[in-house]
Parts: sequence; C-alpha cells; structure tokens
Amino acid sequence: MAKVFNDSVFKDIDEAKRKWEAKLERIFQEAPERLKRFITVSDREINRIYTPLDVKELDYNRDLGFPGEYPYTRGVQPSMYRGRLWTMRMFAGLGTAKDTNRRFHLLVNAGQTGLSVAFDMPTLMGYDSDSPRSRGEIGRCGVAIDTVKDMEELFEGLPVDRLTTSMTINPPASVIWAMYIAAAENRGIPRKLLGGTIQNDMLKEFIAQKTFMLPPIPSVKLIIDTVEFGTKQVPKWNTISISGYHIREAGSTAVQELAFTLADGIAYTQAAIERGLDVDDFAPRFSFFFNSHIDFFEEIAKFRAARRMWAKIMRERFKAKNPRSWWLRFHTQTAGCSLTAQQPYNNIVRTTLEALAAVLGGTQSLHTNSLDEVLALPTEEAATIALRTQQIIAEESGVANTIDPLGGSYFVEALTNKMEEEAFEIIQKIDDMGGMLAAIEKHYPQQEIADSAYKYQLQLDSGERTLVGVNKYVMEEEIPVEILEIDEELERIQIEKLWRIKEERDQGKVKECLEKVGEACFKDENVMEHLIEAVKNYCTLQELCDVYRSVYGTYRDPGIF
Amino acid sequence: MSQRRIRVMVAKPGLDGHDRGARVIARAFRDAGFEVVYTGLHQTPEEIVEAAIQEDVDMIGLSSLAGAHRFLFPRVMELLKERGVEDIVVCGGGIIPDDDIPKLKAMGVKEIFTPGTPLHKIVEWVKENVKPREA
Amino acid sequence: MSKAHKEIIQKVLEGDTRTVARLIRDIDDNIPGIRQVLKELYPYTGNAYVVGITGAPGVGKSTLVDQMILHLRKRGRTVGVLAVDPTSPFTGGAILGDRVRMQRHSMDKGVFIRSMATRGQFGGITQATRSAIDVLDATGKDYILVETVGVGQDEVDIVKTAHTTIVVVIPGMGDDIQAIKAGILEVGDIFVINKADREGADRTLMDLRMMLEMETDRTQRDDWKPPILKVQAVFDIGVSELLDTIEEHRQYLLRKYGDVKLRSNPARVKESLIQMLKDRLFESFLGKITKSGELDDTVLRISKGEIDPYSACDNLLKEHVV
Repeated sequence: MAKVFNDSVFKDIDEAKRKWEAKLERIFQEAPERLKRFITVSDREINRIYTPLDVKELDYNRDLGFPGEYPYTRGVQPSMYRGRLWTMRMFAGLGTAKDTNRRFHLLVNAGQTGLSVAFDMPTLMGYDSDSPRSRGEIGRCGVAIDTVKDMEELFEGLPVDRLTTSMTINPPASVIWAMYIAAAENRGIPRKLLGGTIQNDMLKEFIAQKTFMLPPIPSVKLIIDTVEFGTKQVPKWNTISISGYHIREAGSTAVQELAFTLADGIAYTQAAIERGLDVDDFAPRFSFFFNSHIDFFEEIAKFRAARRMWAKIMRERFKAKNPRSWWLRFHTQTAGCSLTAQQPYNNIVRTTLEALAAVLGGTQSLHTNSLDEVLALPTEEAATIALRTQQIIAEESGVANTIDPLGGSYFVEALTNKMEEEAFEIIQKIDDMGGMLAAIEKHYPQQEIADSAYKYQLQLDSGERTLVGVNKYVMEEEIPVEILEIDEELERIQIEKLWRIKEERDQGKVKECLEKVGEACFKDENVMEHLIEAVKNYCTLQELCDVYRSVYGTYRDPGIF
Repeated sequence: MSQRRIRVMVAKPGLDGHDRGARVIARAFRDAGFEVVYTGLHQTPEEIVEAAIQEDVDMIGLSSLAGAHRFLFPRVMELLKERGVEDIVVCGGGIIPDDDIPKLKAMGVKEIFTPGTPLHKIVEWVKENVKPREA
Repeated sequence: MSKAHKEIIQKVLEGDTRTVARLIRDIDDNIPGIRQVLKELYPYTGNAYVVGITGAPGVGKSTLVDQMILHLRKRGRTVGVLAVDPTSPFTGGAILGDRVRMQRHSMDKGVFIRSMATRGQFGGITQATRSAIDVLDATGKDYILVETVGVGQDEVDIVKTAHTTIVVVIPGMGDDIQAIKAGILEVGDIFVINKADREGADRTLMDLRMMLEMETDRTQRDDWKPPILKVQAVFDIGVSELLDTIEEHRQYLLRKYGDVKLRSNPARVKESLIQMLKDRLFESFLGKITKSGELDDTVLRISKGEIDPYSACDNLLKEHVV
C-alpha cells in the first residue's frame, strides 16, 4: 500500500478550493470565462484546476509503479530514455523501389534510427503495377512493390541485420513479409536475425482505414499464420502492430481510439490462443501503434492509460505469466488529420507539440509528419525538418532527462484514470456484443467513429472549435509551398520491369508455387513457408493475392454513415 | 407539389480507402435535404459513371486522398462525355495540390474543395451551382 | 401522344439507361404530364415477376439482393432493382447507400439498379415505387427486386405490390419477432433467416414456425404455407435454394390464378387502385386548401381555440367534397 495522499489533507484543501471558487464566481460576474466550454479535441470537458481532491485514491505502487514494472504506467522498459532514446523512424515511400531507397539513405544519413516503409495503393490492396486498377496510382502515395526484386532494390545498401524495418502493409502483409524475408536470405542474412514490424492489423481496416481485400475471418487466419511463423522462425519480429492511429484519423475520440485498439488486441490474442499458441509465446511480440493528436495532455494520459490497461488485460484476463507479455510497446505517429493545407508552415508547430506529447507519453518509436503532407508526399526538406524536430526534442529540450516527468501531476493522473475507466466501459460493451469481430459485423465501431467525425466537423464549422489558419487568423494571400512531384514516367518504367521479370522467370515453378499456396489455404495450413518459396521464384504480389481472393472471396464496403 | 429534389452522388474512385470526408459530406448533404447516392469504396471511373446515369444524379462529388486524382478525375470527365451526360456537374475534394486545380477545372471539373472548407460552404455551393434538370 | 412522349416510350422499350433513369426521376418528382407517359407504357407491363424483400435494418437485405442478382443472372434472367431507403423526416434528405452492396453488378447490361427515397410517405412503398416497377417492367426485365425500408408496420405495403414477398430476419430476433408485428407474419410468402451461422438460428426457426402456425387468419385465406429458409447471404449459402422457392411460389400463383400477372389478382388490384385514388384525391384536395389559404387559416383557428378540430374537418370537407 502506498497511498499518496493522507485522508486528513482533503478537508483543508477542499475548504481552500471553495474559497477560491467563490472568488472566481465574483470575477466571472464582471467578465465571463474565456470560452463557454473548455474542451479537448475529443470534446472532453476539462476542469479549471486539478488538485489532490481529483486523485484521492492514488496509490503509487498500485497505480503507477516504477518503469519496467507492473502496471507500467510510467514506462515499459526499466531505463526508458535514460538507457536508449526512442527510435526515430520516419515513414517513407514514393515512386519506385530505387526512388524510395534513395530517400531511406537520406534519412539514415540525417540520423534516423529505424526504417519505415510506405507502399502505394495498388501494393496495399494486393494489385500489381500492370493491373488496370493500378492506373494513375502507381508510386503515388508510397512505393510500388510487385516482386522480390523490388524488395531487394528497396533495401539496397542498408544493413537490415542491424536496423529494424517497419512495414505498413495490411491485407497482403503475409506476402510482403515473405518478400522481405526472401530478399534478406538472398543477401545471406538469416531470418532469425531480422528485426522489425509488419502492421498486419486487419480489424482496424474494417473499422477505419478500409484497405480491405478478404472478409474478416480469413483475414484473421492469415494474421495468425504470421504470428505463428514469427514465434517459431523470426523471433525478433513484431508480427502485428495493433493500430489506433487510423481509427483516430477516421474521426474517433481519444478514448475510442484507446478502447477499439485494445479490443482489437484482445481479439488477436484470443485468436492466437484458439490456434493453440501459448500466450507467453506470442504476446511479447505484439506491438501497438497510436496517434498523437493535438490536445497535449489528453494524448499523454491516453498513452499512460494504454500501458496500464494492457498490463491488466494480459495478466488478469489472459493469465500471461511472462512479464514481457504485459508490456504495451508502441510506435506513434503525429496526427495527419490535425494538419492544415492553409499556412502549411504552421504544421511544423503542430507536429512538434504532438511529438512532444508522444515522448512525454513514453513511446518506443516515433514518426513525425512533414509540413506538406496535407498537400502531397513530403519533400526531402520537409521530411528533414520533421526528423530534426525529434532530434531537438531529444537532445536540447531536456524532457528525456527524466522518466515520465508528468507522473504525479494531478491533472495528468486524473485524466489517465478517467480515460482508463471510460475505455474499459467501451471494451465491456464490445465483449457483451461477442467481441470485436461481432462488433464489426454489427457496425458498432464504424458507426461510433462516423458520429464522432461528423460532430467534430460541425463544431469546426460552427466556430465552437478553432483551427488556426482555417477558421481563425486566416490569411488571404497564402505563402506558397513547394510540392513533391511524382514522375509520370515511373508507371511505364515499373510496368516494363514487371513484364520483363514475368517473361524471364520459370513459369512452371510459378504455377507450382501458386498451387501450393492455394492448397495450404484450402487445407487451412500455415501459408508462410509456401509464400517465401513462391516469392523467391518471382511470383508477384497480385498473383498470390489472387489465390487468396479465389479461396476466401472479396470483402465489400458495407456503407456506414 | 412537384418540386425536384437535388440528387447527388458521392463517389470514391480508385483504390484509396480514406472515406472520412466522403461520409461526413454525405451526411451534411442529407441534412441539407439532398438525396445522396453513395457508391462505396474502390470504384472504377466506369462504375461511377454508369451508376450516375442509372441514378439520374445532378452532381457527382469525387473524393481522392491518395494522389490518384490526376488520372481518375479526367477519366471520369472523359466517360461522361462519351456517354453523353456532360450535364452532370462534377466537383471534387481531398488531397489535391493547388497547382493541379486549374488543370482539372479546364477539363470540366466545376470546383475542387480543399481541406478545411466548412461543410455549409460546400452545401451552399451545391445549392447555387447544381440545378436539377428541367422537367 | 406527343412526339417527345413517343420517343420516350420507344427508348424505354429499348431499355435505354438514361431515358429509363430520367423517367423514374420524373415519376419520383411528380412532373406534370408523367401520367400520360405511364398510361402509354402500361400495355407493355405485366410481364416481370416482382419480388419484395423486406426486414429490419441490419439483417442483410442488400447483401441478399446482391447474391440474388448474381444467381438470377447465372440463370439467364435480367433484373431490375429498386432499393428504397428512408427520407429523414427532419431534413427531407436521404442517404441512399444500398447500392454499395450491389455495385459489382453496375456494369452488367442485364441489371438496372435504382435507389429511391421514401420521401415522407409511410409504408416504404410509394406510388412512385409502383410506377417505377412498371417502367422497369416495360424495359423487359424478367425479375424486379424491390428492397424496402423495413420499419415495422410499414412492411405490410409491399404485399400489395409484389408477387412474392420475402421477409428477412436474423437469429436472436426471437423476442423482437414476438413484439413485432403480426404484420410481418401476414405479409411474408417466404421467410429467410439470414446469418444463419449465428447462434440461435434454430431457435428462431422454431419460434417463427410456431408463430406462423398460429396465424389462423392467413391459413384460412390462403393455402400457401410460407417456407422458412436458412441462408448465409455473405457466403452465398442458401441463395440458390431461395430462388427455387420463389419459383415454387410462382407456380403456386399460376395454379391459383391461372395467370401470373399481378393485375389478374383482383384483391391486389383493388388495393393498388384504392391507394392511387387515395393519393390523387388527397393530393388534389390538399393542394386546393393550401392554395386558397384555408388550411393555414383553419390551423390558426384551431390553435386559438376558436374551433375544435372535428368541426374544422367537417367544414373543410363540406366546402370541397360533399
């Protein structure tokens, strides 16, 4: 027991508070408070002041503890940033593999400490560059990957045995991961040395990001295939990055982001257990991915609540014994939806605040958005500024000198408690519906998000919410910003390259490999080894995804408003 | 008794799945009294135009957030011309750099709504610029 | 008949998409002169088989319709689809989102899909919907599927418009079915339990069966025993069987009435005609008293307490009717 406040102090504080509030009432008679409602970006009302009265029951050991110890509120690793700074991992991808490789080298030379790959829409959706559906979309929002050859070019000259790579890929994650492993093995790097993450989180696709290909149940099956394979063969790899980022970008509140993400985590844990895996074998390799939005303290509280909640869920609900299973390790990206197209240089400031919140929230790795991302893919200059933002926070601001500096703040602790409480309520609701898969079928999270998004927009339009440069401090004449241009030629280059590979490869072997994958799907076996074999023989991304589609069917948008 | 209601289509061409804006706008249009046909995600320009004709809409709103507007929007305009239904007003929104806007307008896209445009402004624009067909 | 009308008729019979779509719009918007066109088209109608699909929101009607289209096309049939969604009573607008689930058929020349809003009419089926069915009928569509809002008592309307009415439920609706509506039990020619892989499917089946058996009203009227089918639309399980069952019902109607044209069933014709008269009479009456200002005056007088609503009604009717 380590109750922070002695019950005896509350009476006096309460008295003093009442006197102060009385004074305020008189002041507000003359001139009212600055705003009608003081709200966060999630429409949560915040009190004027927080005192020990708001955290009466706070118990240091039970609720906070020390970093690296249950319930991990103050951080998952014992030494946090004193031992090692967060990984500076800038999401990047554009044009062809060669173009992106160049950007990777630039960022690594500028000091980033981890790689992160953004793929183009066709790749994300499981189409090759020569598909008619890919026209106009090749290389436009990320890198185009059709075969293992592209993967090799992507990582040319980069030490993938020493740097970890994160790949934001969902429906075709199993195939892309197979290509990554194959490319590394082709270079002589054994799979057990490979460290990194594949996002591989389909539940949030159905809820928010909407890159979907197969229906929910086979999607989860393929995910558990990768979890199983990773547990046995690629032990340093995080096979899922359970994501809240996209849920937030789609318009949810902070608590919804927190609840839906952890509920997804619960669903994956359950599925893996049903597969016959031991929770302590795979849970240590589950990682998370959160948004860091513009309301500073709400985000910090959210991160801390997340850690405490997941620790409780893993230890109490799933009875995990390995402490590493209780760790919620997460990557953060600053909120894309908070950036404005008007006066884009302001975005540097927004990103800085959001990055700071993530650091004060104890993130393990961080991507900072570039100022021009509301307009196009980032230029080199803009991406460099974004990276420097992290470096200045790390090296100059001093916030990384001590672990969880805001721990103990009445406001932050009260908010952390509240968010945990509300998020658990939502998780209970989802449990009552039969779990996340059932909730998705009932359209519950989708509807909640659509409602929050609409509410937010109405508040913005009515002026109840301010967005600098958009509905306040608007400038008639905007300062122009240089935008990145994607070369139109690259479509032709990529398609020709693909055709050449298709011509030169062993067609017989290709057919054989595709059949093997199809068979494994039918028999409900793990597909990973077959995939690696297939991609080494130059089966393309779409060819493999088409096998999936033919076995499992395609998922279509149900249309929720 | 016989006053035409405005029928609009909100469409997501291409592979891009970011539909927060499209859904919010669809709701705003409904709240403004329009009938809104939503096509769903991952539509080809051909599917959009065919649906627009079957539904006899007065306007098509195209939403693009993954950079493919340069190909997809002109393709829609081309198809509308081919099918003889150029009277359908086309507008767009999403992540579209300012520099691309004049080119799209030259092709017949009537307006591009950049991020940050308040919903009521878009609704007003529709009421001003989109007239249901004469009887 | 004017030249313009002649052209429209010709194009409709050819199945010209744009003309058909515009005509349905004109019907929806009640454009003057439209009745003339409908009169000219009428002789060409009566060949399509109309199937109504109704049920509460979320039971999977659109997904079911989508699969039905697939199967009908495989059987070589052409299909017209009317998807009806509710108009918001507050704003007059509507989000017509059913098409989303059927979009894969949009490029199929043998399929025509049209979304319609209820526009404030209760009953899910409006005169506009009925006329739209006639138009699609005239274009030569073999089957016309009408998916309705399914908001309770209002489902009953579909019966007057379709040959076969399908009521869709999902497992676990047991208590709801009880509470719901004798209406549904009256109305359904075929009952479909969708998402039949869910828990409680068998229970729902038993509940439904029991309730249908107690529907003595119906069994006296009709000797068609509504079958209950288990379906999983999303996985395309049971859909082919559903179509076979619809065919069985069609054969039954043929035996009973000798002809499957909707209009050969006097009971249906009566309902339809009464509805049309109701609409026309009321429209014209309301138009008159609105124009003359009598409506507003009367409302004012009632609110001021100068007259009671019953007498007010009598007065208005005496003035304008008989």
